[in-house]
Amino acid sequence: MKLDRRGFLGVGAAAAATMSAPMVMGAAHGKPRVVVVGGGAGGATAARYIAKDSGGAIDVTLIEPTRTYYTCFFSNLYLGGFRDMSSIGHTYGAMASQGVNVVHDWAIGVDRDAKTVALAGGGSVPYDKLILSPGIDFRDGAVQGWDTSSQNAMPHAYKAGSQTELLKSQIEAMPQGGTFAMVAPPNPFRCPPGPYERVSMVAHYLKINNPTAKILIFDPKAGFSKQKLFQDGWSRHYSGMIEWISPDFGGAVDEVRPGSMEVVADGEVVKVDVCNVIPAMKAGRIADLAGVTNDAGWAPVNPHNMATRADENIYVLGDSSQQGDMPKSGFSANSQAKVCANAVRGELTGSTVFPARFANTCWSLIETNDGVKVGASYEATDEKIAKTSGFISQVEDDAATRAATYEESVGWYDGITADMFGT
Amino acid sequence: MFRAIKKLFFTAPVIFITGAAPALADGHAAEGEQLYRTLRCAGCHAVGPDAKNRVGPQLNEIVGRAAGSVEGFRYSRAMAALAEEGLVWDDENLRAFLTAPSEFLPRTRMGYRGVRKEEDLNELLIYLATLTPETNLGIAHIEPGDPEVAAEILAIEGNVEYGQYLSSTCVTCHQASGDSTGIPPIINWPADAFVTALHAYKSKARDNEVMQQITSTLSNDEIAALAAYYESIQE
Ligand SMILES: Cc1cc2nc3c(=O)[nH]c(=O)nc-3n(C[C@H](O)[C@H](O)[C@H](O)COP(=O)(O)OP(=O)(O)OC[C@H]3O[C@@H](n4cnc5c(N)ncnc54)[C@H](O)[C@@H]3O)c2cc1C
Repeated sequence: MKLDRRGFLGVGAAAAATMSAPMVMGAAHGKPRVVVVGGGAGGATAARYIAKDSGGAIDVTLIEPTRTYYTCFFSNLYLGGFRDMSSIGHTYGAMASQGVNVVHDWAIGVDRDAKTVALAGGGSVPYDKLILSPGIDFRDGAVQGWDTSSQNAMPHAYKAGSQTELLKSQIEAMPQGGTFAMVAPPNPFRCPPGPYERVSMVAHYLKINNPTAKILIFDPKAGFSKQKLFQDGWSRHYSGMIEWISPDFGGAVDEVRPGSMEVVADGEVVKVDVCNVIPAMKAGRIADLAGVTNDAGWAPVNPHNMATRADENIYVLGDSSQQGDMPKSGFSANSQAKVCANAVRGELTGSTVFPARFANTCWSLIETNDGVKVGASYEATDEKIAKTSGFISQVEDDAATRAATYEESVGWYDGITADMFGT
Repeated sequence: MFRAIKKLFFTAPVIFITGAAPALADGHAAEGEQLYRTLRCAGCHAVGPDAKNRVGPQLNEIVGRAAGSVEGFRYSRAMAALAEEGLVWDDENLRAFLTAPSEFLPRTRMGYRGVRKEEDLNELLIYLATLTPETNLGIAHIEPGDPEVAAEILAIEGNVEYGQYLSSTCVTCHQASGDSTGIPPIINWPADAFVTALHAYKSKARDNEVMQQITSTLSNDEIAALAAYYESIQE
């Protein structure tokens, strides 16, 4: 395709908002170098877009330890039996053939003065621009009695893969009439509707296989995303099965006991069969190590280009960033990645930098063909990524609308994963 | 081929591809199909899965088809010369040909005086377009309820590079490859159709909330840029 710049000046607003970018082009070491840490929704997208759009003018390295990335999105559908695990796994072969140098390793440190990233396997990778999109990590001590060493007894399944499979096998092994408990996380956390979609999918499975089983949600929050829609769906499809316990009614747990499979809340000890603990979250650890996070544990960024407030050569995307109003979702991370890729490319090669624009939609499945969605548009202000307007599914939607919404979510899944991995 | 569709959409009064607007488009196509018989096209030109050449060549996939290209049919020299020139049937040249065949192509073997009424011609052309599968046409979903977009807006020349940047939002759902599984493909759209469809979402004449949301933030220039980009990638 030929790019035609004719008429661009006529684009007025866009042209006015275009940032003039200092160029790093022609630095002593030859091609400018971008290193991306984390090959998920944010990082894979950013790496691929920079490589693709710079046409080889930028050296792009992606550091990602896993060879197969399992998406958290649709991992709840796997729990419900709507997907198999292989259908949510993605590899990096296509991206590698599209000009991204994929290194399967952990980043274990960032030297901001030397501008290098240290790898667990030894050695380091130099960068001109560093993009971190490491997802989330859990806060130590967030749930009394739980730490990552208890994740086999009480899985979080909030990073997809073996944890998700483990949780599914535990659900399948539940005795008839047993209890599934979820300890829901406090805000902010990745995928605000995620825990509640999960409950819906677990209920779908249990309704078929273990209809007298119970689901308890211990929630430290007084409300949650798409609450009306979920609760309406739960009463229509899973009447009597799901109990959501808000903090007023003892939802804030005092302690979990992985050894004896107990949840202690409001002084009461509840014996459960499966306990899905989703602890409070913070930015992926490498963001801490790079020194770009704040006391709250997230990395504050400039909404115009996702550069960190701490270091203009380090960008943070997706869940790890503290950007303002966007929910921590795969859609958001993918959207932010494109804004960042455009800005980074502009800084390194002098290509046109267009004004930031962001969008998000989160679909959730409540029961077969009963899909709902919530979405919004956002703009970059100097202070934050600010929501401009949004929409949400309605309790009154007819069945055809809900079925179409589910179908749309399937299309979205294929779209975003093709966009991330270049497949 | 691509131009063909564009013309098809924007020269005739109310035109859409079947599938996008089943009821109305089918209505026009049905009338066109009837005309195909009453104007006696059918006597010489077969259509359908078993269509064989008769006095004239079969007309399956006529829109977008290269002139003089049906296997086993002996064309006139005049038509063979057109084929040589690489003519591809589209709305514009089919319209001209069917209005007055021997004026459009002197010494054509088609012994037909021409379709008199423009209205008939419009309907006939809608019907003929249905003989080409949607996928070949590039699905240009103009829907009957889509408000007409002002000529000044259609005339805006979109910035392709800006459109490419903006398209990065589209491809999160509408795959860049044109593959589709639950969300329609948007590549291969004529720019005018693209602009009309996006404005239909923006004005909420179309009701998908995600698209209403996305288009609510797009200016006329930005819609033109997207349309220009999506038109540019298939060249
Ligand atoms: C159950 C569930 C359901 C969800 N459903 C949806 C949904 O329907 N729609 C939606 O939009 N979002 C959904 N999400 C949210 C979505 O998964 C995340 O918001 C998204 O993945 C964030 O992208 P990211 O790039 O920030 O992090 P991730 O996609 O998590 O990517 C981080 C990557 O970084 C790598 N990494 C971490 N540390 C290092 C290091 N030190 N060195 C190298 N690599 C490292 C990891 O291996 C990982 O591959 C869901 C999440 C969950 C848990």
